[in-house]
Amino acid sequence: MAQAKGQKVFAPWEDANEKPLIQFKGVTKKFGDFVAIDDIDLDIFAKEFFALLGPSGCGKTTLMRMLAGFETPTKGVIMLDGQDIDPVPANKRPVNMMFQSYALFPHLTVEQNIAFGLKRSPMPKDEIPARVDEMLKLTRLSRFAKRKPHQISGGQRQRVALARSLAKAPKLLLLDEPLGALDKKLRQDTQFELMDIQEKTGTTFVIVTHDQEEAMTVASRVAVMNEGKLIQVSTPDRIYENPNSLYVADFIGEVNIIRGKCSPHKKSEDRYEINWAEDQPKLIATSDQPFGKDDACAMAIRPEKITISAEKPEGTPNVLKGRVHDIGYLGSISTYHVQLPSGEIIKAQTTNSRRISRRSFTWDDEVWLSWTETAGILLPDAPLVTS
Amino acid sequence: MNFRRFALIFLPYGWLLALFLVPFIIVLKISLSDIALAIPPYSPTIDFSGGWKGLTGFLGKLDFENFVFLTMDDLYWKAYLSSLKIALLATFATLLVGFPIAYGMARAPEEWRPTLMMLVILPFWTSFLIRVYAWIGILSQEGYLNQFLLWTGIISNPLLILNTNAAVYIGIVYTYLPFMILPIYASLEKMDISLLEAAEDLGCSRTQAFWLITLPLSRSGIIAGCFLVFIPTIGEFVIPSLLGGSGTLMIGKVLWEEFFSNRDWPVASAVAVILLLILVVPIVLFQRNQQKQAEAEE
Repeated sequence: MAQAKGQKVFAPWEDANEKPLIQFKGVTKKFGDFVAIDDIDLDIFAKEFFALLGPSGCGKTTLMRMLAGFETPTKGVIMLDGQDIDPVPANKRPVNMMFQSYALFPHLTVEQNIAFGLKRSPMPKDEIPARVDEMLKLTRLSRFAKRKPHQISGGQRQRVALARSLAKAPKLLLLDEPLGALDKKLRQDTQFELMDIQEKTGTTFVIVTHDQEEAMTVASRVAVMNEGKLIQVSTPDRIYENPNSLYVADFIGEVNIIRGKCSPHKKSEDRYEINWAEDQPKLIATSDQPFGKDDACAMAIRPEKITISAEKPEGTPNVLKGRVHDIGYLGSISTYHVQLPSGEIIKAQTTNSRRISRRSFTWDDEVWLSWTETAGILLPDAPLVTS
Repeated sequence: MNFRRFALIFLPYGWLLALFLVPFIIVLKISLSDIALAIPPYSPTIDFSGGWKGLTGFLGKLDFENFVFLTMDDLYWKAYLSSLKIALLATFATLLVGFPIAYGMARAPEEWRPTLMMLVILPFWTSFLIRVYAWIGILSQEGYLNQFLLWTGIISNPLLILNTNAAVYIGIVYTYLPFMILPIYASLEKMDISLLEAAEDLGCSRTQAFWLITLPLSRSGIIAGCFLVFIPTIGEFVIPSLLGGSGTLMIGKVLWEEFFSNRDWPVASAVAVILLLILVVPIVLFQRNQQKQAEAEE
């Protein structure tokens, strides 16, 4: 999230005195024998934009539906503002939800859709039109107030759904794949709009998504889920730069994974040497997690952290020789697929700051890949779940 | 190309012309004729051998006498009114029975729905007449219903149901129930369940959500179902004559008696023409509802 200069960085999760708005305490949810949510503990703080990220079927939607009141936990407690919300039915919770399908009432106009929740709140009748107006302005829908949902575009419908769920000024807003139905360009614009609206209203947002870019863009913190468990809960940059497992490293963005056996570096404590192929030089990487000698490990390195050059670079610890196998040209950047003599493919990314005709290497050229000791991160080896 | 387009337009119009307009004109012609002791039992009849002169002579003999007669005898307008009343009440009763069934079907697990649908349609596989006769066996004073009620001790004397208006209502509700269920089911099944969750999320109770969301969204199905029951019920003849009594006055029965007991084809035809005119209004309304629904769906 963008922060104004001089302002304290928004990070209530680092403050031990801060009380969380939502607390999951040992929450488990089973559907028959299937464990959808497996003993989750999670704190979400007021004014956070919190993203639940994971492949389909990982339990993220179930977690959200429990907050909304459409599912009850099999075990454990969910606290909202220090109160157990289990006995509170969905229609009495200070929580509103924006549905994936938007669930706009087709027989009501945009205005009536937004007013729907207000009419069932203690708000006096004569104050409702003003609140509806405010919501219409916030979501730039004033011109479409009298239209029915089928008479407006997909992007406008998405904003109606947002306005309707925000109208009652809930303590917590749940967004279920809110941008899933929009095309890519509109989605990107809408992401920033969502962030703006979240900041303006100061509402706590919990968003469910399977789109990692979306989660990274909008969220203050991201929870990566898999098979009903939270794998890592952290800020987007830490999730990307310091994944705590191979699963997270692989799920978020592109990554090269080099498997091998590690041994502690002689000079430095958090550095390790990785012996990954007989005839190749050892690689050096850092790790927050301790490793023993000859532990199976995997080094994860992002393509953009690898430098690709035509001549052998000097003074860099990790240098590999290879041959350009493929080039993916994306306009602003290019991804090079470099084949090592062992047959493995390493992806390296560079920005195309020069015109393409002046590039110093092309298909089948011999190139050198290099990266610094801190560029890669060492993780315990684990099988990858390819989704 | 032009021929194909012509054929495409002509086919439905030709169908309507041959199967609807021509029979109607024949009935209209009979209604303007006079009763006669002849075969056919009315005059004049068209004699094409007479040429142009024969035709004008024939047209000159037609008059509105029978329609005037319908206004003289209060039996007819009473029968029309009574038919309307029975049709309205029976339609409402069918709605009350049919809506919960359609609702239950639409909310049943998906794998059950074809079976439930089958159960609704299945009675159509037997003759309508036999099914109505079966109700005589159920509703008569020695029938299964009375036997059962006597056996349970709820009543001590058999109820008189058969040959009353109550039996007619039961018969109509039973016969036309599928016509009510199917369109309502179709509209309920299309409904997105997340709409109800959204309503609940915004503060509605389940009951409020039903009145504010489910009912308005199944409106077109309800309207279609009501018309599908109401329109054929007005002219219903079999059910009132088999299950109804002497007190049951319905225009279909009157029509039948004019044709077959009185052998007064011209008056019977006049009754039929007026019945058709009465039905034009609900049929047009029904068509408009269907059209609106189709527009809302595109």
